[in-house]
Amino acid sequence: MIPGARSGWRQARWSEPLVYELGSPDNSGFIRPYSDEDAELERVLGATPEEKLGRMLRDRVPEIPGLSEIEVVRHFTRLSQMSYGVDVGPVPLGSCTMKYNPKISEDIARDPRIRYLHPYQDPDTVQGLLEMLYLLERWLAELTGMDRCSLQTPAGAAGELAGALMIRKYFMDRGEDRDEMLIPDSAHGTNPASAAMAGFKVVRIPTSENGTVDMEALDAALSERTAGIMLTNPNTLGIFEDQILEIADKLHSIGALLYYDGANLNGIMGIVRPGDMGFDIIHLNLHKTFGAPHGGGGPGAGVVCARGELVDYLPRPLIAKKGDRYYWDYECEKCIGRIRMFYGNIAPLVKAFIYIAMLGGEGLREAAIQSVINTNYFIALMGGVDGYELPYDPERPRKHELVLSAKPLKQETGVTAEDIAKALLDRGLHAPTIYFPLIVDEALMIEFTESEPRRQIEEYAVALQEIAREARRNPSALKQLPKNTSIGRLDNVYANHPRSVTPTFRVLRRRLQGEQLSL
Amino acid sequence: MRLPWAPAANEKDRREMLRRIGIDDVMELYKDVPRKIVLEKPPGIGFGRQLSEWELRRIVDSMLRKNKVYTDPPPFLGGGVCFHTIPAVVDAIVSRNEFYTAYTPYQPEINQGLLQAFFEYQSLMADLLEMDVANVSMYDWSTAAAEAILAAMRVTKRRKVVVAGNIHPERMEVIKTWLLGKDVNIQLVGFDRETGRVDLEQLENIVDNNTAAVYVEVPNFFGVIEDGVDAIAEVAHKRKALFIVGVDPLSLGIVRPPGSYGADIVVGDAQPLGLGLNYGGPYLGIFATRWDRKLVRQMPGRLIGLTKTIDGKEYGFTMILQTREQHIRREKATSNITSNEALMAVAAAAYMVLLGGSGLRELARSIWLRSHYAAKRLAEFEGVESPLFGGEFFKEFVVKFPKPYHTVHRMLLEKGILGGLPLADKPPLMDDCSALFCVTEAHSMKDIDRLVEAIGEAL
Repeated sequence: MIPGARSGWRQARWSEPLVYELGSPDNSGFIRPYSDEDAELERVLGATPEEKLGRMLRDRVPEIPGLSEIEVVRHFTRLSQMSYGVDVGPVPLGSCTMKYNPKISEDIARDPRIRYLHPYQDPDTVQGLLEMLYLLERWLAELTGMDRCSLQTPAGAAGELAGALMIRKYFMDRGEDRDEMLIPDSAHGTNPASAAMAGFKVVRIPTSENGTVDMEALDAALSERTAGIMLTNPNTLGIFEDQILEIADKLHSIGALLYYDGANLNGIMGIVRPGDMGFDIIHLNLHKTFGAPHGGGGPGAGVVCARGELVDYLPRPLIAKKGDRYYWDYECEKCIGRIRMFYGNIAPLVKAFIYIAMLGGEGLREAAIQSVINTNYFIALMGGVDGYELPYDPERPRKHELVLSAKPLKQETGVTAEDIAKALLDRGLHAPTIYFPLIVDEALMIEFTESEPRRQIEEYAVALQEIAREARRNPSALKQLPKNTSIGRLDNVYANHPRSVTPTFRVLRRRLQGEQLSL
Repeated sequence: MRLPWAPAANEKDRREMLRRIGIDDVMELYKDVPRKIVLEKPPGIGFGRQLSEWELRRIVDSMLRKNKVYTDPPPFLGGGVCFHTIPAVVDAIVSRNEFYTAYTPYQPEINQGLLQAFFEYQSLMADLLEMDVANVSMYDWSTAAAEAILAAMRVTKRRKVVVAGNIHPERMEVIKTWLLGKDVNIQLVGFDRETGRVDLEQLENIVDNNTAAVYVEVPNFFGVIEDGVDAIAEVAHKRKALFIVGVDPLSLGIVRPPGSYGADIVVGDAQPLGLGLNYGGPYLGIFATRWDRKLVRQMPGRLIGLTKTIDGKEYGFTMILQTREQHIRREKATSNITSNEALMAVAAAAYMVLLGGSGLRELARSIWLRSHYAAKRLAEFEGVESPLFGGEFFKEFVVKFPKPYHTVHRMLLEKGILGGLPLADKPPLMDDCSALFCVTEAHSMKDIDRLVEAIGEAL
């Protein structure tokens, strides 16, 4: 392209039918192996599944349309072109840590020597993979200042559930009846949800003016019923809880525990460790912090780690080594049991191993520092831009992320955080996390990670400035955006209305056949 | 140092960015971290230094060489997951970086393709199960089962759960862990030693008016297909308990779908639909319900739905019923699940449409024939009970040997054959002479004959 001569961005816009419109159940693009043997097998067996299954025989072919291979490829390729990930452009969703996913990791994770391994294969036949997992476990423990990690948990929320259950079981074993979990109002929604699943009552701790845990409110909440506190540090405002050592002392002095939500580790890895801050149990999101991709919603890996006597409560099995041999340690006297089947989401675990192996300790630290520079550089670029403000002590440096409020712009023009998000999409930039944390009005929660080039960060700041100008000039036009994406703004009311909500084609089919389906 | 994945980490950019921020030293950005816990030097992890791709490849290769891969013949190892073939096209699709580097589609307009793929997965899975609503995934079968039981407790407001004793033992463990924080009474139903099926009489005696749910797997841990499903549904529904069924979705090419016999919630794992073994994960947890207000509103996990543009001119897709979820409802959410196995759902969708209904039927049929052929051939040996249970089975089956199985297993390994799963330490059987074998479309008759011959030599 000629410098300066840019045309607007447009996303691919295929009019791609549903697979149901493309194929029929009689078609198939698949040739099953050894199909020529089936007749011989029937002869040898003297029976067919149709005869043997009797009343458990499916009476009709599943209503699954079949397509030829080229049709499958075109359909999903077109759908992919109407999708947007980090490889397409910045995805600065706050607290989601959408960093670049190294290609070598994808390559290695697909190696048949990992992919074709059966989980019940004898440990002696998978020593290479177990060694990798063992090293990963040791590295993560060292990086976080914990003693041991369980690789079982398939996502951050599963790690939180494991942690909350560990706390619950710990107190059950001690015969202590503690049923309250303290959670700041700035916390990720998964924290209260996980605590509730483990049977705790959630006690909300407000945030003080300077953006950290309100210490007076914390003091007032502490009691003999307190089981622990779930904290993320830096918190969701991107602010480091500078009174963390005091908080830890307060909790520990009454016999309660500290849980660390590792979703926000990226800006501090290699600089300060949750274990040194006083946390007893932590989880890490390997699909965020350690470069494994997010897959449009998963698979993730949410390793959970513990210190001291809490190690006994980690979900089993744990990866272990005796002499030169690696094995799974199932010993479980106090442990909470299993959080899922087998050992964990191996593919993202391998990717995290590769990420750490290639960067090393120093590289991880440099990546953290760069992510924090990117955050604060962006804040500097946004300084003095009318329409946006940085709530909670704007002088304090942020870490992995920052939260802007578009409240001034909304008051002035009626343009909301959602409108701003859609206007960003219209420029080919993914929106930040919006309306979170709940304590900030019209929140725009932005996390660039270390992966974004400087120029991209500048472009994002310029886009926000231009959108603010546009909001003053023509606010109603902004409400109609986006227009350059594969589809225009979608109707959430229709999507969720009891009479129109349609989660599957089957429901649509039933409605088209005249059924009145309401939810 | 140069960081390949952090483009602004060069000295010039850094200096200019710091100047703009208004500081000289990067550590000023960490001035609010208590000094005494700031690390003096970077942690000594990794291999002590940065590695290039080539160096990394060589290290990884030296490790992976110690793994043993079984493809000739493919593993006969069962236990809830089996070796299946994966069409290359499935990999090609999930390797599209627009898909795999995307986040959860919070902004639907820029991720329509991903959302359509998710909607198609939900729709195809619903049709395979003959259920109305399927979500876009749980972690795996076990957590789906645990979440189904939790949902049933919320719907019925009851605190007793009845679980078939012949389910996969690891799933039983997971269910117990997830219910640890709840005041709940879990009761197991025994199974018939002849058929391997649920003891219906016992089931009827245990299910009462306090029962939230009855959970049964079809096929069960032994590979046996429960044929009393209509009766089980009746027992559950008579007491207003929910009927939760766990399935192998591939079996549904020929086996009756749970929607046809009154299942309220269906769970399972779509690993057989085009996903790698991956030494245990990632897999793809299935969660589906009937069209029922309470069931759908109590569903955990992400749901995608059809909608229109605000001008009403076009149809599109977006995340729906989000008020059930943690980011809005917090401690009152139906579940804490956020990240799931979404990319695996795209793989399963591609796999299902590549096969189509008829292809799925033929494939399931072929697996039935092959596994029955293996069972029949093993029964030729004196003293071998194959299959051990008389109930009709799919894909997996238990074989009982006249001597401890581990000696047989070791001899098979020496011949490069990965045999069945030893059941010596596996509830519900705990029998050191028995093993759980799995035969799929990946096994030719010749592969099966090789297994049979090798076992003959080991006996």
